[in-house]
Amino acid sequence: MILPRRQFLRFAAAGAGAILVSPHIAFANVPGDRRFIFIIQRGAADGLNTVIPYGDAAYAGLRRELAIDPASAIKLDGHFALNPAMVETGKMFARGQALFVHATASPYRDRSHFDGQNVLETGGTTPYAQRDGWMNRLVSLLPQTKDEAIAFASTVPPALRGPAEVTSFAPSALPQPTDDLLARVGRMYQADAQLHGMWDAALSARGMAGTENRGQKPEDLGKLAATFLSKPDGPRIAMLETGGWDTHTGQQYRLTAQLTALDTMLAAMRDSLGPIWDQTVVLVATEFGRTAAVNGTGGTDHGTASVAMLFGGAVKGGRILADWPGLAQNALYEERDLKPTIGLDSVIAAAAAESFGLDPARAARTLFPAGSGESRIEGLVHS
Amino acid sequence: MSLSNLQAQAIALNRFGLGVRPDDAPPANPKKWLLDQFDRFEVKPAAFAALPPPGSLARAYFQEVGELIKKMGAAAAPAMPAPTPPPAMPPAPPPVAMADDMRAKLQRQERRQALNVEVRDTYRLAVNARMRNALTTDAPFAERLASFWSNHFALSVEKPQVGIYAADFELTAIRPHILGRFEDMLIAVEQHPAMLYYLDQFRSVGPNSPFGARAALRQPNRKTGLNENLAREIMELHTLGVRTGYSQADVTEFARAMTGWSVGGLGPMAAQDNVELGAFMFRSGIHEPGSRAIIGKTYAQSGEAQARAVLHDLATSPATARHISTKLARHFVADDPPPALIDRMSRAFVSSRGGLPAVYRVLIDAPEAWTPGARKFKTPWDWTVSSLRALGRRDLGKMDASSMLNQLGQPIWKPGSPAGYDDLSASWAAPDALMRRVELAQRFAAAAGGQVDARDLAPRLLPGQVTPATAAALAQAESGPTALALLLVSPEFQRR
Repeated sequence: MILPRRQFLRFAAAGAGAILVSPHIAFANVPGDRRFIFIIQRGAADGLNTVIPYGDAAYAGLRRELAIDPASAIKLDGHFALNPAMVETGKMFARGQALFVHATASPYRDRSHFDGQNVLETGGTTPYAQRDGWMNRLVSLLPQTKDEAIAFASTVPPALRGPAEVTSFAPSALPQPTDDLLARVGRMYQADAQLHGMWDAALSARGMAGTENRGQKPEDLGKLAATFLSKPDGPRIAMLETGGWDTHTGQQYRLTAQLTALDTMLAAMRDSLGPIWDQTVVLVATEFGRTAAVNGTGGTDHGTASVAMLFGGAVKGGRILADWPGLAQNALYEERDLKPTIGLDSVIAAAAAESFGLDPARAARTLFPAGSGESRIEGLVHS
Repeated sequence: MSLSNLQAQAIALNRFGLGVRPDDAPPANPKKWLLDQFDRFEVKPAAFAALPPPGSLARAYFQEVGELIKKMGAAAAPAMPAPTPPPAMPPAPPPVAMADDMRAKLQRQERRQALNVEVRDTYRLAVNARMRNALTTDAPFAERLASFWSNHFALSVEKPQVGIYAADFELTAIRPHILGRFEDMLIAVEQHPAMLYYLDQFRSVGPNSPFGARAALRQPNRKTGLNENLAREIMELHTLGVRTGYSQADVTEFARAMTGWSVGGLGPMAAQDNVELGAFMFRSGIHEPGSRAIIGKTYAQSGEAQARAVLHDLATSPATARHISTKLARHFVADDPPPALIDRMSRAFVSSRGGLPAVYRVLIDAPEAWTPGARKFKTPWDWTVSSLRALGRRDLGKMDASSMLNQLGQPIWKPGSPAGYDDLSASWAAPDALMRRVELAQRFAAAAGGQVDARDLAPRLLPGQVTPATAAALAQAESGPTALALLLVSPEFQRR
């Protein structure tokens, strides 16, 4: 028996591209000035109230007081709308610079934040099976220049940890050390294998940051990232962390604040990158989604599938990719969560490979070595 | 491997302790020095005892938040039995009825601002007290244990009501039990208002409880019911550990058993509560009736006793023994703790039925814990405490511990997730983190005012450990303060 192809394979708006791919694709050489940024949403962001499936008959009933009125949301097409807090994101979508992949999840199927983040960041299929992060392995696929990758955090998040050297930077309110002290610390660390490389990276990041944009507000972080990424000799890969997405109670207020901050940060990044924005791909993803139904305390509990978002002038945007599973009770994963129908690994591998013109199969093997081998995705980024 | 007494002293003071104070005499018998601290440990040290009790601020805060939520209307109001504010007081004033006269509105805003300032000040005072205690204690290993447990049962002051209670949590739920039984600490923690707020337990309602059933009739479109956050984290983080065999159904069943575990003195029914504000109380009206099946066992107890029976089984489970032993060994010995050590500690945990000193004794006796060569990169807290102790400081003067720890990436009682801060070198050793320590070391050294000679201090802080590279750096420094700053960020001092 031939099963009918699943309904709702969607390419909203501009509609080009295919998400199921044959393995033999010749990739054009993409210029080496592409920028790739990963923003992690720690705490399991609620994809159903970010890119809202208002056209799904079950949505309003499941979400009850958390249901977002489609009249106030930013319509993306006849089925999906954007959370009203994401005004700038809506503009990017309209200009073809934002792409949403819905009902997506990493291979992780339980509901622990920390295990889920570990799988998302290491690119393993089970928690703690893979020691390095997929972003660090991405660095290893690129021609090495100095300071290829940076974390905008005072420490290095797991996705960027591994043998390839990366740096980190975060705005500091402490008094600057004297140049004499910096030089002496460098000499003292010369014999220490671990601290020596780290110190060099710290000095170089400090030099690149300049004295502007040292604040902590979302727009400051967006500008700070742009400052580094727009330097000709600056990093081409960056990671930012956002927390506060674990909305077990009072979700309406908290999610609005979170999405407003994300929207503001992305807009500041776009505006400050100027012409470089056209060469940029920003991937936003979370460890897993939240329950389809509102819980007993005005929030949602840990779930499974969520939405991943791609932004940037290099993105073939203005589209929503979703093999929409539906929100009817029997369509939910374990009768409670949005069911994953697109592997987040495939999305990440495709976005990273296409950003840098890498062979997609090799990139997928390197970034996700224990990968399931499920269908890959193509056509997310302009070649 | 034979260990010189100098090396053993360095390990006891730095790997197990909080670092050396210049007036410390090196312990003649390092293991005995650690064990004797069980008798010296102060459950209620002066620095904590001097903090104001949380009651009156909590009362004012909850009253204010209650009014705020009434004004914001049903959309923002939580179900029952008590209001939860948004994660922080909203930055903008909430919408108020147009009829409200301007003056009353301004007065309310001022009151709220004043309350926010008071919550912030309370937090600062508490972090400074915690730091002062770490600087002055004569039982540094026991204090390390207290911090370990406080982080194991992590809270986050992102919710202001947690901030009001954070110091009280450490003082009343953690410290009295670090040298007792794990189960007692677990019960104290899960009944403390800070934990009940933080993980959303206090108003989790059984759907078939008397209250749940009434609410469903009254407001069929509002879902009143279960919140599984605390139940999940108890199993995953506080006791068994993740991937130890429980299922989503076990989490949900445990959440049902936990319904009713709440905080007194809050919400519309507060007047009828027979306990004071902030005290644990069992609200039978929201407890899900019936027996519960959790990890293959049926719990038929009624009321509060049901969740207590589950907690007893979780506290004494072999999975919990292994989880706790692994974390302790990772904290004190190595990022990848030796499996044989974890086995021995787990056995001690099981055979003592969660008697914690028995587990610590195995750790102190373990040859794995006394191998020379510092392997752990200090956390920001450990580094800051050991730096200030090294300079002989017993108080902070004008410095503010909470902002220092913020800058270093480890804000106290604010780890960003209920897993707490992790104990891996890779989490703390990073380019920017290193730069922050240099910035702060420069400040500490300047405050020491050139009265300490780093060349004399180094061998006392790090007995037998100072490398030629560090000794040369100290000797060649252009000034006393520069030498001191270099000592505090030297590779030997950054690790333990």
